[in-house]
Amino acid sequence: MKHPEHTTLRDVKGNGLIVRYTPNERTNHWITAITFVLLALSGLAMFHPAMAWLYALLGGGQWTRILHPFIGCVMFVSFLILALRFWHHNYLDKADMQWMRQFDDVLNNREDKLPPIGKYNAGQKLLFFTMVICLVLLLLSGIVIWRRYFSFYFPIEIIRLAAVVHAVTAFVLIVGIIVHIYAALWVKGSIGAMTRGTVTYGWARKHHPNWFKETIGK
Amino acid sequence: MALQSLDIKRLSATTLPEPQIREPATGTVAKLIDVSKCIGCKACQTACMEWNDLRDEVGDTTGVYDNPRDLTEHSWTVMRFSEYENTEGDLEWLIRKDGCMHCEDPGCLKACPAPGAIVQYTNGIVDFHEENCIGCGYCVTGCPFNVPRISKKDNRAYKCTLCSDRVAVGQEPACVKTCPTGAIMFGTKEDMKQQAAERIVDLKERGFQNAGLYDPAGVGGTHVMYVLHHADKANLYHGLPQDPKISAMVSLWKGLSKPLALAGIAFAAVAGFFHYTRVGPNEVTEAEELEAQREVDEVRRSREASDETP
Repeated sequence: MKHPEHTTLRDVKGNGLIVRYTPNERTNHWITAITFVLLALSGLAMFHPAMAWLYALLGGGQWTRILHPFIGCVMFVSFLILALRFWHHNYLDKADMQWMRQFDDVLNNREDKLPPIGKYNAGQKLLFFTMVICLVLLLLSGIVIWRRYFSFYFPIEIIRLAAVVHAVTAFVLIVGIIVHIYAALWVKGSIGAMTRGTVTYGWARKHHPNWFKETIGK
Repeated sequence: MALQSLDIKRLSATTLPEPQIREPATGTVAKLIDVSKCIGCKACQTACMEWNDLRDEVGDTTGVYDNPRDLTEHSWTVMRFSEYENTEGDLEWLIRKDGCMHCEDPGCLKACPAPGAIVQYTNGIVDFHEENCIGCGYCVTGCPFNVPRISKKDNRAYKCTLCSDRVAVGQEPACVKTCPTGAIMFGTKEDMKQQAAERIVDLKERGFQNAGLYDPAGVGGTHVMYVLHHADKANLYHGLPQDPKISAMVSLWKGLSKPLALAGIAFAAVAGFFHYTRVGPNEVTEAEELEAQREVDEVRRSREASDETP
């Protein structure tokens, strides 16, 4: 195996670095992330009157109604590409089951007790497939409730069901992303993976030992 | 437009009570449409067009008298003509003036996400304030009677206002004023119920055993009511729902799920904060970095060694 990247990169403290995400992967991730934030906030404005002040984000109610579905299409396509890139890293295996059984150790930073894991841990994998399901449901239900272009093709009962599905899946996705963001803040050194593309040797060895070994060619 | 003489009972997408100290002392208003007296002349449609300055496109005929074919943003009321062959084999021509029913529990208002786009006045009238409408169509989703229509021109929802502007200054709706047979009446809801009761007795004497008042309880009653010859078969009147209510889906979507979802999202964020302040971050120590570097160096050395000895 050739891994030239881990031989040359160093952070400011002199720690060796491994490339975790390529520039294309990072751009893909951030397009998805930015569209998600716009969608979540504008969607909450329409969901609950207490959040109606968020209509200002996209320039008022009419603009929110116009833009939200188009931004949603961008997010879906962007997420689809991202999901296809990472799909094969997210198959669950036996070690993942053990990881989930020891969730208490996960939450309390007792990582040394956990089974060694690869590029993603079970939590990341479950979140990945939760997002896949949510995105598909959001797209389908979103088309049905897109009044301007599509709603008139569907019977009213389907539209009502789609409104509920859209709200519920959006809720699940928002909570999932809060967990995702928190995990990145909690596990120090993670954010650099998506902003700079790299993590330190120590980070990789501690949190993803199997991926670390594979990457350094051990 | 806020009408100063009409106080507001409910306002869409708001969380606090609206000004509603003044209430009509005689109770809410209602329009009573006596279907058994209607001759289908469409004077009400015309009066509605005139008062509200609406001119729909001249459409085409579908072989029945319905014209225009459906409610639109320009046609807030439409006569629906239904042919019914009764049990004796006689033809009954049932003509119903369709339009907003002004529900006491309005599904459109419940579903509306735009603050102040739909109001319910203390007199019972449900009105759309188009300047606040965002054109999402949730009112269509919420309405049990399929009444609101979204304009493709300005992307706002329209429907019968029950001539709230006329009622505010003590006049009856335009359709009521013009009806030549007195089939459309207007007054307090109590008066209209009494009026209907007398008429129903009359109809029963004439052989319409199931004559009755259509004031469906499922939506809390309506401020547009019908006297029907066949109150047991409301569906005969161009699919008028027998027992309309706000769909369970809409109640779930715009009811319990709203506070629960916001609470859930807030809980997730707060839980994260407290996890961080109680358990703390998961950090890589310098010793761990050194150990990792040592492993990498080891691998490199052994690889170099094997490269040199082919």
